Amino acid sequence: MNLLRTTLDNGLKVLIREGHTAPVASFWIWYRVGSRNERPGLTGASHWVEHMLFKGTSRWPEGKAEQSIARVGGVFNGMTWYDFTTYYETLPVERLSMAMDIEADRMANVDFDPAQVESERTVIISERQGNENSPMFLLQEAVMATAYQVHPYRYETVGGLADLQTLTRDDLYQHYRAFYTPDNAVIAIAGDFNAGEIERITERYFGTLAAGTVAPAAPPAEPPQTEERRVVVTGGGMTDYLTLVYHIPEARHPDFFPLTILNAVLAGGSGFLVGGGRLTNHTSRLYRALVERELAVDIYGNVMPAVDPGLYQLTATVWPGRTLAEVEAALLAEIDRLQDTLVNPAELEKARRQARALFAYSSESITNQAFWLGFSEIFADYGWFMRYLENLESVTAADLQRVAQTYLSAANRTIGGYHGSVDGRQ
Amino acid sequence: MYRRKTQQRSFPGPEDVLRQTLPNGITLLVRENFDSPAVVMSGYVQAGAEDTPPDVAGLAGFATDVMQRGTQQRSFEQLYEEVESIGASFGVSGSTHITSFGAKGLAEYLPLLLDILNDVLRHPAWRPEQVEKARAEILTALQEREHDTAQMSSLVFHELVYPEAHPYHWSGLGYPETIGRLTATDLEQFHTRHFAPQGMVLVVIGAVKAETAVQEVTSALGDWQGSRPARAPLPPAPPLTERRERRITIPDKTQSNLILGWPGPERLHPDFIPCFVANTILGVFGMYGRLGQSVRVQNGLAYYVYSSLDGGIGPGPWDVVAGVNPANVDRVIELVLAELRRFRDTLVPAAELEDIKSYLTGSLPLQLETNEGVARALLNIERYHLGLDYLQRYRDMIMAITASQVREAARRWLDPEHFALAVVNPEAPADADHGG
Repeated sequence: MNLLRTTLDNGLKVLIREGHTAPVASFWIWYRVGSRNERPGLTGASHWVEHMLFKGTSRWPEGKAEQSIARVGGVFNGMTWYDFTTYYETLPVERLSMAMDIEADRMANVDFDPAQVESERTVIISERQGNENSPMFLLQEAVMATAYQVHPYRYETVGGLADLQTLTRDDLYQHYRAFYTPDNAVIAIAGDFNAGEIERITERYFGTLAAGTVAPAAPPAEPPQTEERRVVVTGGGMTDYLTLVYHIPEARHPDFFPLTILNAVLAGGSGFLVGGGRLTNHTSRLYRALVERELAVDIYGNVMPAVDPGLYQLTATVWPGRTLAEVEAALLAEIDRLQDTLVNPAELEKARRQARALFAYSSESITNQAFWLGFSEIFADYGWFMRYLENLESVTAADLQRVAQTYLSAANRTIGGYHGSVDGRQ
Repeated sequence: MYRRKTQQRSFPGPEDVLRQTLPNGITLLVRENFDSPAVVMSGYVQAGAEDTPPDVAGLAGFATDVMQRGTQQRSFEQLYEEVESIGASFGVSGSTHITSFGAKGLAEYLPLLLDILNDVLRHPAWRPEQVEKARAEILTALQEREHDTAQMSSLVFHELVYPEAHPYHWSGLGYPETIGRLTATDLEQFHTRHFAPQGMVLVVIGAVKAETAVQEVTSALGDWQGSRPARAPLPPAPPLTERRERRITIPDKTQSNLILGWPGPERLHPDFIPCFVANTILGVFGMYGRLGQSVRVQNGLAYYVYSSLDGGIGPGPWDVVAGVNPANVDRVIELVLAELRRFRDTLVPAAELEDIKSYLTGSLPLQLETNEGVARALLNIERYHLGLDYLQRYRDMIMAITASQVREAARRWLDPEHFALAVVNPEAPADADHGG
């Protein structure tokens, strides 16, 4: 693979992947800011800043960027996560410099007009209310706030309602100025071009931006959990949902790979990679133990790649007429089995084959190629992605048993239940 | 400044898409792509909810759920052990007019995936325990739907727009009472009667030689024989002659969902392309077109508002969808209606129309970047008989549309006085029930 890596004098990291499968290019800029960098009173600030970046500058007034991208047939969007905020444009390769122009400009020049901030307050509160309509959002928010007592991963990126009502224009602007600097950003570009030429154009657009003056503070570390925690949410509907989370190390840690294989054995391989497509998980251990036995309607697992220690999460929808307690007991019995007995070689080999296939699918589109360049750089570096399969291949049955014993302990878990009480008032 | 490096490859067309109809009526389309080691296979058979009466609503979807839960040769476990152990995906799903299927895997596994497809389409087992599992899953989904504002607004909207004699009036997922009483025999009879190679379309895109794909498809499905009963034409979906409105409430929610719309033109209606352009202007372009500008950007009233035009085999909806704070529902409706009136009263300015055309033609390469994207485009071409050169003609077709064609189409289809409006609110405000 033809990969060019460089760091500009102002600290901006640039990764460029040249590939000639389609006449398009995808440009991503990643900022190391998300709910990880928030505190009470400021929750939702990163996500709101992301919205404000679509409100325009004097060079690119509101609407001009998205219309210009749309006019050439491109796509344009942004997203905020715990560890990052990212913006991307995928467009015909000849128009790539337009993406650079827009992104270099709005890294520095968004003015946060007070009237626009107020108008966006309603939009964001509406977004949160839309989320609140979903039982899984309510459960997830409660579980994260229970599993993390100190670390800001406890805040959903959309922010708490009270903060969304009180955050000020200046709060948001300061957040923007503190984190939207070239030395806190990563650019990832993939497409049908000559990488050297693109490097020079990137330098021209971004090279003159001033580096930040103060390095953002590291968030407070989460102290080790010492006993099991539980949280129950009661809400509307007739369906119950169970979710279990265990603290696990950050994505850079070598145990991330055995945990990824462990998840494939327990809950199926779909969690491997974004853009890899969805596999069914009907032969996974938990599907057999929960769905085949009519305790749950479905079961999903996810190993969250994160900058700081993250979570391993399992979520089930309870079968009608069954209880949260029954699903929990069956799920924990499977975790015990994983801790007590070595996984057989066929299960391990199946997980590896799924990983190989999903890895191949995940790089099919130019957009996904650029996504992976930047995403892996946020919590490790691109080598993490390049060595991903190799690292998964070397996982042994003993590794799985060891990580199951190390991380999937009662004291390290939070159990969350959503109880549907029809009208939500019981 | 910089040049694209790929050799200019034109859009998929007669030069590089192999199209062949097998003697049993299956139409096969293949396009080679060796850029990645994967292959995508997708298609449909002509069986769907349209083939069943309303008192068994959900039958077609229920049947396809059970079909993929085991065949006469393969138990549920064997079927998914084969699929999952190679990192492939496989699925079948029923809808109003067709049953779609799709699979993706590394290209070396195409024969296996075709064998599984053949087995599932032709030899499902209808084991009682699998029927009951599928039934429980559907009943749970229906239970979740009762408390989902977006799904409920869609359900109410379809009931308002389409008469009971029209299949679009009814939910494809069914209702607790219909799903509750269907038997394994009902499912099996539906399958026996309606699943046939006649009218089936199969698209294969990926790292496989076209002639090899033809051989493999022929070997897997070439001996399937049979035909299905002819379909009666769809009943009419008359234009709305009143403002037809229903508001319902779901407890313990915070956001309202609304859908406002009409029966729209089918894909092959002469108005479809002008309506497609009109819809892009109204609620797609940029961040959701004029509606997004008015409701979201200028007034900050919603997290999302967009319009969509179904344009399928029948008169699927043309509608505006929004998620808003309950207090803002009526203001949003007024803004939407104001945009509709502007659309009918004023010609789209030339510059705006140029932008839209540029967007519609310029986005084609992105849509065709992946195997899945090409498969979707080819299925569309085959389903609506658009001709293999359709993607190559597409640009000229869009560029020829005029502002007055767009306005005339909007005047015929987007009536701001007569429409259906479904609103799902979190709790009952004082003026909750406007009748329906």
